Amino acid sequence: MSAHTLPLAEGGCHINANCGFPAPGLNSFDFKPIFSIGSIDFTKPMLLAVICMLIVVGFFWTAFAKPKLIPGKLQLVGEIGYNFIARGIAREVIGKKGDKYIPFLMSIFFFVWIMNIMSIIPLAQFPATSRFAFPVALAALVWITYMFLTFKTHGLKGGVKNLVWLDGLPKPIAPLIVLLEFIQNVITRPFTLAVRLWANMFAGHMLIVMFSVAAWYLLTPSFMAAIAGGSFILSVAMTAFELLIQFLQAYIFTLLASIYISGALEEGH
Amino acid sequence: MMTFLASGGPQNPLIPEPTELIIGLLCFFIVFGVLGKKLLPNIQKTLEERRDAIEGGLERAEAAQAEATRTLEEYKAQLAEARHEAARITEQAREQGAMIIAEMREEAQRQREAIIAAGHAQIEAERRQVTVALRQEVGRLATDLAGRIVGESLEDAARQSRVVDRFLSDLEVKAEQTQGAAT
Repeated sequence: MSAHTLPLAEGGCHINANCGFPAPGLNSFDFKPIFSIGSIDFTKPMLLAVICMLIVVGFFWTAFAKPKLIPGKLQLVGEIGYNFIARGIAREVIGKKGDKYIPFLMSIFFFVWIMNIMSIIPLAQFPATSRFAFPVALAALVWITYMFLTFKTHGLKGGVKNLVWLDGLPKPIAPLIVLLEFIQNVITRPFTLAVRLWANMFAGHMLIVMFSVAAWYLLTPSFMAAIAGGSFILSVAMTAFELLIQFLQAYIFTLLASIYISGALEEGH
Repeated sequence: MMTFLASGGPQNPLIPEPTELIIGLLCFFIVFGVLGKKLLPNIQKTLEERRDAIEGGLERAEAAQAEATRTLEEYKAQLAEARHEAARITEQAREQGAMIIAEMREEAQRQREAIIAAGHAQIEAERRQVTVALRQEVGRLATDLAGRIVGESLEDAARQSRVVDRFLSDLEVKAEQTQGAAT
């Protein structure tokens, strides 16, 4: 049993070697600490988060530190990214007032996207966002921003009204709607924001690991090799698919953040 | 699965690990700080400058064109005015010339008449002078002659003069009568 619980396809465990399928599970998301300071363990996802931070900062530093009127290649790429967030999200969703929140949205998008992409980068091969803490940290920041802006724009009473009240609400169902609105805006929104990102990355990583492990497990000199090949092709296909999902989830996260900010800034509900 | 839990393996994946939470926040704030404080203001400024350069260039070109058109209009107007002015001056000069010529002609006429009149007057005066002189001379000659003929000198000068005058007046009357008869 202990042999089966070895992480993934460590060693030469194949289907004919009289050993069970080492199904990937939650253990795929737990790492031995790289080093520990007292009781605090520094693990691979943390290292990846730091690396992602360095990549985002490094890229935009080289692109934007000394911007030129006629952009170089890197600056041009950076500008595409900037315009994507500034025009595609901030201006589109929030409007002119959204210009103030471009740095926030842009940091979220690129930090999340790069952390997601780590899923398919060789050696890294793990999306940091599939550790729940990272989406939670970012969703918490979005939630705090959302609440802060709501009360800053509308005051205490107006802010509460903005969160729970709908105009033209019929009296009899008012209490129910107020309750639902409160749950939706104050509790569900940050929770789903974090879970959506985490679950997508978690599942995506799990799929890739699953097919990769299966390909290795089934790779024996028998007809199983064909299935192993199929599994391998699937893992490649999943990797390509994940590339899309990673971008999409980062985009959705940023888009929802901007929608919440827009809702907080809106006059009336 | 049970062995994992028993051996302190994977936890509930929905419980965020505090260390990761802190590192995630820290990393995000570094990204947010660098992008928000330095890099994005940089690129925003550059994009603004670029937009300005492009639109500003177009605006400047338009302004230059408008300026050129206006200058051309101005020049045309000035040219037309200058032509008009020139025509006016020529016309004026022509009028003035004609006037000067007319004046000079008139002046010349006047001068000629004056000269002629002066000549006439002088001739008249001279004629009168000559007449007087002649009358005296003729009187004296006639007296001389008469004295010589009569042989006696008339003593009284006054009478002598009266006689001569009467004689001459008779002569003049006779001459006028003949003249009047002739005409």
